Amino acid sequence: MVIDVRDAYYAVGGRPIFSGIDLQVRRGRITAVMGPSGTGKTTLLRLITAQITADRGQVTAFGRDVATLSSAEVYAVRRRLGMLFQNGALLTDMDVFENVAFPVREHTDLPEPLIRRLVLTKLQAVGLRGAADLMPGELSGGMARRVALARAIVMDPEVLIYDEPFVGLDPISLGVIQRLIKHMNSALGITSIVVSHDVQELASIADDSYLLAGGRIAASGTPAELRASDSAAVRQFMTGAAEGPVAFHYPAPDYDTQLLAADEQ
Amino acid sequence: MSNGSANGIVFEGVRRLGAVMIFLAQLLAQCLPSLGRPRLLVHQIYNAGARSLIIIMLSGLFVGMVLGLQGFELLQRFGSEEALGTAAALGLLKELAPVVTALLFAGRAGTALTSEIGLMRATDQLTAMEIMAVDPLRYVAAPRFLGGVIAMPLLAGIFSVIGLYGAQLIGVVLMGVDRGVFWSQMQDSVGLRDVMEGVVKSLVFGVACSLIAVHEGYHSEPTAAGVGLATTRTVVASSVIVLLLDYVLTAAFLKG
Repeated sequence: MVIDVRDAYYAVGGRPIFSGIDLQVRRGRITAVMGPSGTGKTTLLRLITAQITADRGQVTAFGRDVATLSSAEVYAVRRRLGMLFQNGALLTDMDVFENVAFPVREHTDLPEPLIRRLVLTKLQAVGLRGAADLMPGELSGGMARRVALARAIVMDPEVLIYDEPFVGLDPISLGVIQRLIKHMNSALGITSIVVSHDVQELASIADDSYLLAGGRIAASGTPAELRASDSAAVRQFMTGAAEGPVAFHYPAPDYDTQLLAADEQ
Repeated sequence: MSNGSANGIVFEGVRRLGAVMIFLAQLLAQCLPSLGRPRLLVHQIYNAGARSLIIIMLSGLFVGMVLGLQGFELLQRFGSEEALGTAAALGLLKELAPVVTALLFAGRAGTALTSEIGLMRATDQLTAMEIMAVDPLRYVAAPRFLGGVIAMPLLAGIFSVIGLYGAQLIGVVLMGVDRGVFWSQMQDSVGLRDVMEGVVKSLVFGVACSLIAVHEGYHSEPTAAGVGLATTRTVVASSVIVLLLDYVLTAAFLKG
């Protein structure tokens, strides 16, 4: 068990985001966290990476309760993690090479030739060795995400976290990212957490999946088990139906009454 | 009712001041480590200092020329035009150079700092650093703060020199004050203490302006509107604080 979330509660300004979440990430596997937009998937990642702490319950990373760690210990835990942000989050004032080299320069005193070698190896792994001299602004969305992936793996993390890796990509880039996630896991043995609402893309690569809805884990298991679920909420999400337990309409007063009231004014 | 909202404003003001002071303490704690990264620091001194040079030099020249013109007009009434050098030097060194430089700095470098850091926040770059176990306070905020603090007195110094040249241009070349008298009067009556007053002022303004700019950017709402608002707040807050501090410092120097 690498990451273990037990009965976690979290609220922002009195509005509950999580009311009792249990989630386990096992070593060497790809764990998918799925759920409709706005269910707190990114908040869950913030919880795991100790950017926020749970109001109740426990979040354990590498066997340590993250809420009890000092900031130096939090940084020590984070050095074993890599994270891919939705928009890449590349540092805009340095080129691709320097972006990937950034964590190495910050955390080690390796000589320049070794850094060069390391960075080029990682860029080669994501197919962007030729783009080393480009600035982040010159990259397409898919390329930026691959550079960010190279940066995330440059320190050889044990766990790699992907935040919405498929959003806004063309089919080719999407396939590339999908293969890379699988490759990082099988070839390098990196434990992966993939947060996304793209059910089909996830189903083909995930070992375990969790479905987040209404502040709780609505279902968990292998993607096949989730698809075979007889829960209406799970089925609605997996098939993308507009009507179901998750309503299409945001809560509103009665339609006819409101229209009539508008007429009278 | 009005009493209640007045209390609210005072409470909010004190809360903000406290938040900024806590931020300053965190920044200062990171300043020593960031001194060990001269490349980052030099880059920020260049950004805040060298890139503000043109506007500072131009403004210095015009302020000096106006000073020469107005000073000559005024001193002529008392028949003491030869004191123009002294008047211009004291006015520039102690008052105009630190204050005008700080106001220009807030508008030119301060806004650039705030919007840059705010955009880094909005595009997750600061969070990405946090996750990479790099403290953005140390890597992003501290070098920019220090760079501003170092650049400000240098800019004010350049402002003074160019301003004096401008005053001389008008007073001596145009109005005919004797060149030797202009400079020797200045040499006789302007002391190190006067220069130090200006340096202390611009150091304090450097801390205030850089702190406000970095703080606003670092804590800006991560949206386009949020970064815009933070940038505006930087200019407004810096300008008011600089003028307020200027009065306090001037009064303190006169007493001491």
